[in-house]
Amino acid sequence: MLTYIIRRVLQSIFVLLMVGLVAFSMFRFVGDPVDSLLGQERTQADIERVREQLGLNDPFPIQYIKFLGKAAQGDFGVSYRQGREVSTILAERAPATLELAGVSALLAIIFGVGLGVFTAIRRDGFMANFIMTTSLIGVSLPTFLIGILLIYVFAVELGWLPSFGRGEVVQLGWWSTGFLTESGLKAIILPAITLGLYQMTLIMRLVRAEMLEVLRTDYIKFARARGLSKRAVNFGHALKNTMVPVITVTGLQIGSIIAFAIITETVFQWPGVGLLFINAVQFVDIPVMAAYLMLISVMFVLINTIVDILYFAIDPRLSADASSRGH
Amino acid sequence: MNTALSNFLASDFFYKFSRSPVAIAAFIVTMTLVLSAFFAPVIATQNPFDPGSLNLMNGFSKPGVVNDFTGETFFLGTDDQGRDIYSTILYGLRVSLFVGFSAVLFAMILGATLGLIAGYTGGRVDSIIMRIADIQLTFPAILIALLIFGIAKGITPPSYRDEVAIWVLILAIGLSDWVQFARVVRGATLVERNKEYVQAAKLIGRSPFSIMIKHILPNTLGPVLVIATISLALAIIAEATLSFLGVGAPPTQPSLGTLIRIGQSFLFSGEWWILFYPAVTLLALALSVNLLGDWLRDALNPKLK
Amino acid sequence: MTTPLLSVKDLVIEFPTRHGPLTAVDGVSFDLSAGEILGVVGESGAGKSLTGSAIMGLLDPPGRIASGEIWLKGHRIDNLSHDDMRSIRGKRIGMVFQDPLTSLNPLYTVAEQLIETIRTHMKVNERDARTRAIGLLDDVGIPAAGRRIDDYPHQFSGGMRQRVVIALALAAEPELVIADEPTTALDVSVQAQIIDVLKEQCTERGASIILITHDMGVIAETANRVAVMYSGRIVEIGPVKSIIQKPLHPYTKGLMGSIPTLTQADDRLTQIPGSMPRLVDIPAGCAFNPRCDQVFEKCRIERPFLIPEESRKVACWLSKEAIASKDVK
Repeated sequence: MLTYIIRRVLQSIFVLLMVGLVAFSMFRFVGDPVDSLLGQERTQADIERVREQLGLNDPFPIQYIKFLGKAAQGDFGVSYRQGREVSTILAERAPATLELAGVSALLAIIFGVGLGVFTAIRRDGFMANFIMTTSLIGVSLPTFLIGILLIYVFAVELGWLPSFGRGEVVQLGWWSTGFLTESGLKAIILPAITLGLYQMTLIMRLVRAEMLEVLRTDYIKFARARGLSKRAVNFGHALKNTMVPVITVTGLQIGSIIAFAIITETVFQWPGVGLLFINAVQFVDIPVMAAYLMLISVMFVLINTIVDILYFAIDPRLSADASSRGH
Repeated sequence: MNTALSNFLASDFFYKFSRSPVAIAAFIVTMTLVLSAFFAPVIATQNPFDPGSLNLMNGFSKPGVVNDFTGETFFLGTDDQGRDIYSTILYGLRVSLFVGFSAVLFAMILGATLGLIAGYTGGRVDSIIMRIADIQLTFPAILIALLIFGIAKGITPPSYRDEVAIWVLILAIGLSDWVQFARVVRGATLVERNKEYVQAAKLIGRSPFSIMIKHILPNTLGPVLVIATISLALAIIAEATLSFLGVGAPPTQPSLGTLIRIGQSFLFSGEWWILFYPAVTLLALALSVNLLGDWLRDALNPKLK
Repeated sequence: MTTPLLSVKDLVIEFPTRHGPLTAVDGVSFDLSAGEILGVVGESGAGKSLTGSAIMGLLDPPGRIASGEIWLKGHRIDNLSHDDMRSIRGKRIGMVFQDPLTSLNPLYTVAEQLIETIRTHMKVNERDARTRAIGLLDDVGIPAAGRRIDDYPHQFSGGMRQRVVIALALAAEPELVIADEPTTALDVSVQAQIIDVLKEQCTERGASIILITHDMGVIAETANRVAVMYSGRIVEIGPVKSIIQKPLHPYTKGLMGSIPTLTQADDRLTQIPGSMPRLVDIPAGCAFNPRCDQVFEKCRIERPFLIPEESRKVACWLSKEAIASKDVK
């Protein structure tokens, strides 16, 4: 088990180094950092001074290592557009995105697993068929259209919920939360549904497919032959075995929720890092883009590691054999 | 030609197709939209991006209602500039489909080439290419596309940006989508590489590479076609999403996504049709191509599922 | 005459298809008395396992009991509600499946699965259930049961796992155990041990066994009576000894010929030519007629039914009773 985890950590580090290389190359080759820092009036001496300051005269690998060192401390330089520290801007924006992604992920998992189990157990029922058909359309529907549709129905026509923004937020130290005010809670409903819907359908379809597979296995038939109750068979036995493959995919889905937040945040003008990133792309604000990329990658790697550990917790076969047989 | 046609009509493939109402409907919708886009200049009532053909007085005409000022009627309405929504949709469809098709073609060529090289060369080259593919797959395609778009925008001088925007879009979507093609072609190459005829070709001193291409390409045709169709649906949605986010097709050359972005701002003031009709068109296109891809996958290779 | 423990009457199992129902089990009837061991033998697809599943009320849909009755100690059980049937499964009828590798849930320890079963059927607390579970494992011959009970299924060998499965089947002291090919998936070296454990433990508890297998040898050593199934029907049923010594149905003869014996080691094993018909094209008359070496005209027209002969029943137009009754007609 230990060797397996060590190997996974090494892989994660490799991924982060690769992403770091991409981020660094963006810094180094896209646009001229000197241009962005100095105005039109500049002397050759200014340019030299800035180049020296930025370390642009060092050899490439040294620059890369220095960049990684700074990135590890959260230093991504100064936004070209806002003229402020990128790390400060990200810290301001992160709570909005994390709260949105958290609520969406929760919705996606609860409803995805619940509906998946429901449609698997009631395989031929009318409701189950209805849900499956609807979900097929849901998968083809672009996220931003779902958002617009929700805005039109619940904000424009019915006027129940706000169509944009985060509502009032409360500051808890450096973290700003929308969970403590009524307007904040109302504001998160539509964006969270928009963001979670696609992942929910994916999780639901996956849970259904896996569960149907598990329900066909001998140990389920044997569990029924032992006279266990329907509940014990479906939830105690079938669901737990379903979760093993589902956890991996769900983990990846949760990771992509943070990335997909870009679209939802644009539709709802949600002041998170996704909206920040889109603005950065529009204005070619390289430091912000690079920092966002690194941030997302770290999240992905973190989530993947958690998923791996969960895997070991749920499946006893892995912890016993991993060292000898591998994965 | 005639025999080719009759052969096709008698094939299993056509039989399965003729028995599937969903596939037929999806095919009809797709073809209607593709043809409408192709003949847009002929069947559109105006060129919405030629300022000379527009009349501001026609702005915000409701669908199918006579305009009070000019007496003209637009059956899908007009936007704030007096552009006929029906015509903007046709032109938008053109851009969406052009970007979609080109991006998939680009992804296909890039993926097939890299897959072939990886499978044929093996060893280090193979593991580097496939490792890059793995890493790329961990990130959502839309994020990759956005990143590539941003970088490309950074490299091009500002005055050219609008002109090259469409090509950057194709590049960004194409680059975010090559991995699946590479995987299929690599798999097929690995299978062929160990077959006897390749070994024989090596023995008699002929380049096995060209022979392999001849054998590999037909083998991968089915799966590649399936992936291409599904990729087309994804590419169309990706393009619409990027354009909606304001980083895709420029306002001078709007795609369906751009039209939806523009229409969104009029939603609150009640001019719903500016958004509604482009959105429905996009949905119809994405859904029908998706269904067609799903059906193709089942019909050509049940094992892929 | 006392009521038999289990009585199956004219059981018909169908699978609905677009082209009409396929009959997989067609009019199977037999009785089983307490403590008896009945072997059910036949090729795969003959309907042996379906019959077993039907008794348990565990037919996989779309398969269903189309007609017939199943009685357990004078109570009809084939038409019970889901919940009532559940109180019979595991409690009064236990079941052992073919593959011990897949019959145990890999994510739970043996203790968890045993205790769960015991507590479903008996009003005991966790501690007593555990004591009982260890006792059961001990009975089926698992060494150091007290220690091994907390292991996961994958930590046991195939034979040991099948012992665990037997312990699970016996957990609530059932009156009947249905063992569906219990040794087919096992190493030849442990097959005999598993059969011994099954027989010994059931006999000790006074439980009857329905032993489903395609291995005539296993039945010869274990069962009291045997039912030979072919193409969804019982073709011959009676005491093991007499059937082995003198099979009447040509198909049973063929099956006997395929058992290797020490005395005729130099002979080649006989084979039955051809294979069992598929459900969609069962021939008219006797289903065995295309493969039978003694076939005559009537076999192709009229389907034989079970006719008592000597100590058994046989469904063949060649049987003495059949010939006699034909003369009467």
